[in-house]
Amino acid sequence: MILLQVIVGGLLLGAVYALLSSGLTLIWGMMNFINFAHGEFVMIGMYVAFVIVVALGVGPGIFGLAAAIGLFILGVAIYFALIRAVMRGPMLAQILSTFGLALLLRYTAFWIFTPNFRTLPQTSLTGTINLGGILLNVAQLAAGLVAAALTLALHLLLTRTAIGSQLLAVAEDRQAAMLMGIRPDRMQALAWGLSAASAGIAGALMAISYPFSPAVGETFALTAFVVVTLGGFGSVPGALLAGLLVGLIQALSAYYFGPVYKDVIVYGLFVALLWLRPQGLLGTA
Amino acid sequence: MRWAWIALALALLAYPLVFTSPFYQDAGALVLLAAISASAWNVVGGYAGQISVGHAMFYGAGAYLPLLLHQHWHLPPILGVPLAIAVSLALALVVGFPTFRLQGHYFSMATLAVAELIRIVVSNWELLGAAIGLQGPAVSKNWWDLTFRSAVPYYYIFLAVLALLLYVTWHMQESRLGYYLRAIRSGERAARSLGVPVRRYKLFALMLSATFTSLAGSLYAFKTGFVDPESGLGILVSVQMIIIAALGGTGTLLGPLLGAVILVPLQTTTNTLFGGGGAGLTFIVYGGIIVLIARFEPGGLLELWHRLTAPRTRRAPAPRHAA
Repeated sequence: MILLQVIVGGLLLGAVYALLSSGLTLIWGMMNFINFAHGEFVMIGMYVAFVIVVALGVGPGIFGLAAAIGLFILGVAIYFALIRAVMRGPMLAQILSTFGLALLLRYTAFWIFTPNFRTLPQTSLTGTINLGGILLNVAQLAAGLVAAALTLALHLLLTRTAIGSQLLAVAEDRQAAMLMGIRPDRMQALAWGLSAASAGIAGALMAISYPFSPAVGETFALTAFVVVTLGGFGSVPGALLAGLLVGLIQALSAYYFGPVYKDVIVYGLFVALLWLRPQGLLGTA
Repeated sequence: MRWAWIALALALLAYPLVFTSPFYQDAGALVLLAAISASAWNVVGGYAGQISVGHAMFYGAGAYLPLLLHQHWHLPPILGVPLAIAVSLALALVVGFPTFRLQGHYFSMATLAVAELIRIVVSNWELLGAAIGLQGPAVSKNWWDLTFRSAVPYYYIFLAVLALLLYVTWHMQESRLGYYLRAIRSGERAARSLGVPVRRYKLFALMLSATFTSLAGSLYAFKTGFVDPESGLGILVSVQMIIIAALGGTGTLLGPLLGAVILVPLQTTTNTLFGGGGAGLTFIVYGGIIVLIARFEPGGLLELWHRLTAPRTRRAPAPRHAA
């Protein structure tokens, strides 16, 4: 029974990993660009939730929305101020720009919020429900379901709407998209906004039930790298599947080997994946 | 040009004799050490254009193994140096072999993941001192303990290693390998289509880089006689190599040395000014500098200098690297 509970808990957290990773995979698929500051976007989402709850005492609906809007604006701003220029530069500039940004955001958060772990004050999402003998924390259940729903919504946005087609058109061929009257800059800025917003919501969802500090971003960035590589280049459904799988593996390794090694196992999996199947689970060689 | 080289060498040789205060001698040794590790990073990060953000794994191997031999088996720490290089070469293969057939981003992600993995494992491994770390010889019993009270012997050892590394790098730059690496950096597909064995040469650059980074870690361990997960494997270790090389100029012979001469004294000053609270501030400033370099001057100070001093009429357009 405990094992079943561990599995369900892992899958619920995995759904949140899927949401934050689909933001990373969106940028990767569209612009062939890896955002090393993606984990810091998640961390900022957590602190946006924290500040809003402490200042206004509102519920998860409101602070989740605030994290989404705040991070969307941050993502668009970072695209115009930094990414647009470094995309034209050498590989060195592309990698160092977001790596430096990650340090800047992480340690500015250290400066403002101190390195201490924080938890959100009590929200309306408390208590546990008993589902056929499995005790589920309401906050984790809600976070997992909302994250899975949002990941699917992002997938539908990309595949079923005009905006999604325009985004994919820019990803496919920037020049051709321009000839069709699409403005690549706007689309790429939108992608950065959506990517950061999904990281921000994922952060707010996790902040409800897990303690956090400014240093958590690096772990989330690495987890997202694993999920994106496992799920395959630029694929949101792949990220969903891989996110659930990584959540499950993490929960099981924490259960069998102790919580310290849950990240070690996942990073080890990443290296193994690069050796054996760098195209991901669903990709073709 | 030749006179400039001789002047630089003489200035470096004479520095501890001119500045006799232990503070300045120590600072000089630290600058050289930082220049060694940044120059080593530069071999793969600058010349081959493969950006490692986890070079701390090689540095940490270099710092931990000599002290491990000393603390647990009472062997001379220097025996750990070749062992550490062997471990670093193995790590370089584990990271480089699979990722160098993929796009550049995979290598960067893998270095970050493996460095973090090693840091977590070492932080929890009793044999390696876990969170507390390892200690070296307190007093020197033999000369090969490489434990001196003054910073001057370290200064000259570091200078010799730096000279060797710069000689190897210069030699590489002028050889077939150097041309191959430059071709790889400016367009991997084009290089491959012209028959450059891309993966093999990237791997070779990484292994050369790992060897000297490991050596830098060992030198650090000899000088401080102590290593813990933060000082040997922490993210600041990797960040410092990157920022020093990028500030001076990646892919240039003397860029990392220039970066170290500027950045290390600056860091010592801010640490003295702000005390313990300065560490967080250092990261914020470093992050900001890295972003600014990436955004405005990816070639670093040396390229900026060349552009500013080039005669106006003959000024070439700023080199544009292939994305």
